[in-house]
Amino acid sequence: MAEVTYVEAIRSAMEEEMHRDDRVLLMGEDVGAKGGVFGATAGLFQTFGEERVIDSPLAEAAIVGVAIGCALAGLRPVAEIQFLDFIPPAMDQIISEAAKIRYRSNNDWSCPMVIRAPCGGGVHVHGALYHSQSLEALFAHVPGLKVVMPSTPSDAKGLLLAAIRDPDPVCFFEHKALYRSLREEVPEGDYVVPIGKGRVVREGTDISCITYGATVHEATTAAERLAADGIQVEVIDLRTVRPLDREIIVQTVRKTGKVLVAHEANLAVGVGAEVAAIAAEECFQQLDAPVMRIGGPEVPAIPFAESLAEVYCLGPDKIEAKLRELAAY
Amino acid sequence: MALTESASAEADQLSQDRLRSMYRDMVLGRLLDERVLVLNRQGRAPFAISGQGHEAAQVGVGYALRRGYDWLVPYYRDLTLVLVMGMEPRDHLMAALGRAADPNSGARQMPGHYGSRAHNIVTTGSSVATQILHAVGVAQAFRYRHEDKVVVVSVGEGGTSEGDWHEGLNWAAIYHLPVIFLVENNSFAISVPQSRQMAVAHVADRAIGYGMPGVVVDGGDVMAVHEAATTAVARARRGDGPTLLEAVCVRLQSHSSDDDQRRYRTADDLAEMRRHDPVERFRGQLEASGVLGDGDADEIRVECQRLIEAAQAEADKAPVPDASTALLHVYGEG
Repeated sequence: MAEVTYVEAIRSAMEEEMHRDDRVLLMGEDVGAKGGVFGATAGLFQTFGEERVIDSPLAEAAIVGVAIGCALAGLRPVAEIQFLDFIPPAMDQIISEAAKIRYRSNNDWSCPMVIRAPCGGGVHVHGALYHSQSLEALFAHVPGLKVVMPSTPSDAKGLLLAAIRDPDPVCFFEHKALYRSLREEVPEGDYVVPIGKGRVVREGTDISCITYGATVHEATTAAERLAADGIQVEVIDLRTVRPLDREIIVQTVRKTGKVLVAHEANLAVGVGAEVAAIAAEECFQQLDAPVMRIGGPEVPAIPFAESLAEVYCLGPDKIEAKLRELAAY
Repeated sequence: MALTESASAEADQLSQDRLRSMYRDMVLGRLLDERVLVLNRQGRAPFAISGQGHEAAQVGVGYALRRGYDWLVPYYRDLTLVLVMGMEPRDHLMAALGRAADPNSGARQMPGHYGSRAHNIVTTGSSVATQILHAVGVAQAFRYRHEDKVVVVSVGEGGTSEGDWHEGLNWAAIYHLPVIFLVENNSFAISVPQSRQMAVAHVADRAIGYGMPGVVVDGGDVMAVHEAATTAVARARRGDGPTLLEAVCVRLQSHSSDDDQRRYRTADDLAEMRRHDPVERFRGQLEASGVLGDGDADEIRVECQRLIEAAQAEADKAPVPDASTALLHVYGEG
């Protein structure tokens, strides 16, 4: 097995699938000769040509809307939105069109497509308000969509292959802080990580920390610190925020009786609220403490200056403090 | 009434049977449209949206396409056009009455939201102009597979104020895609007149800004529309790119069954518009040129009425969707 970065895992998933399936084509801003602003499509234009790797005009609604048309006509498009922050112009196409095509046509039509977008920020990303947001909750609210947030190179590749092969529209949000900071061995060749299945990152018996995306790594660091004091935190990576893996949530909460949900996105009305509701509805008898949440504060996005960004971002310290609060309950 | 010059040139190329068939489809669309409005007034069809006044534009374009080969991304006034593409009166009445057998949506959507994979009619929602981009994507797929199919996408003049319209025309022109952007301009978007949608005289004036031909045609003249559409389809099929085709129509009925255009249009305006009924106009042309003989128009009307009666009888008896199906088909099976 080769060691690859998160962004290389994503790139290789697309490259391999394009060799396997000639219905797969890419479109987005700068995905062609440049290979994407983060290099996620590097070399694909040169390999597959301009008919399959399409440099779109600077028009997000068109990137998604044209991809929908390709999907309706039998292709398997992968649309890249350069930053998740710039997806709002395409929301009508995603929510009103892609998500509803199967239901509204009574299964006559379908819309198999992937919408890839880098998301997230952090004190070392310096993305500021319009290059840092985690908007997954907006999409997770919409039946008809699937929303995937991989945290590792292996998952990124396996989930992207699953997303491209999925019969319905999949939002695939990649945390940009992970693109080059993470490197791990990734299985070679064809493999799929199923959408909607979480994983146990770290076993534990005292507290469950349920999270996804880049926060998985911060939560794992925090869990290791608590382990030094004999507190065993089970870390769950949801991997997919729609559909949520109810089974893994219920299993871990019943096991530990204490749960912290952590995500970088704004806390209020976020994915964590849904996870907390599942824990309360399904595990009321087993809970030994109130379900706790930690996430982005009530500001629109991550500010530019490091001193301000630190206030927004979680990081292992804040998660550790919250876990200790829960342990002491 | 004599045939127009453009019409006489076309008439030479089209057999008399074909002309009668075009007229018949216009009559069928009109009568079916009227029937659904009646069902609405009777309280049996909860909602109706009319395409009356657009029949010539739709038949003119529809007859320029290869049925079962080319694609259509319609909008909600395209009843006659979807009939030309192969849908049946029965299909429309199933939708109007909210029956499970509605092929567009299984009665999940309001009537007028057309779609049928069997007829290459792309599913449509209610958001205005989103369909423009889908047509561009369909054409991109044709190009990618080296197929010589073309796609027609239609929209009202109001829809051309939307951003998706701009993004779609721009993209299609850049990649020389085989799309015909059909604007059925009836000069009103619900109550807002064209002068409040754009500062140009014609939607087609904007075509030069995208780098494609823009053609304005009298949408009440079926042969003129057919000629313009045939040119646009040939251009698209050759790989020379898209065309913006604006058909100037009249909106004989209110926007929908929930609207009353007498509240925002003058009596004179409405009376003047009724003098431009495209179905009557084509009948006059065909009778003057002898394509329709004595009693032919009546015979066609009776035949269409009979079809509609039979379709309605079937729809009346057809079941509504079973409640147990309401949660199905949010996602695919595999």
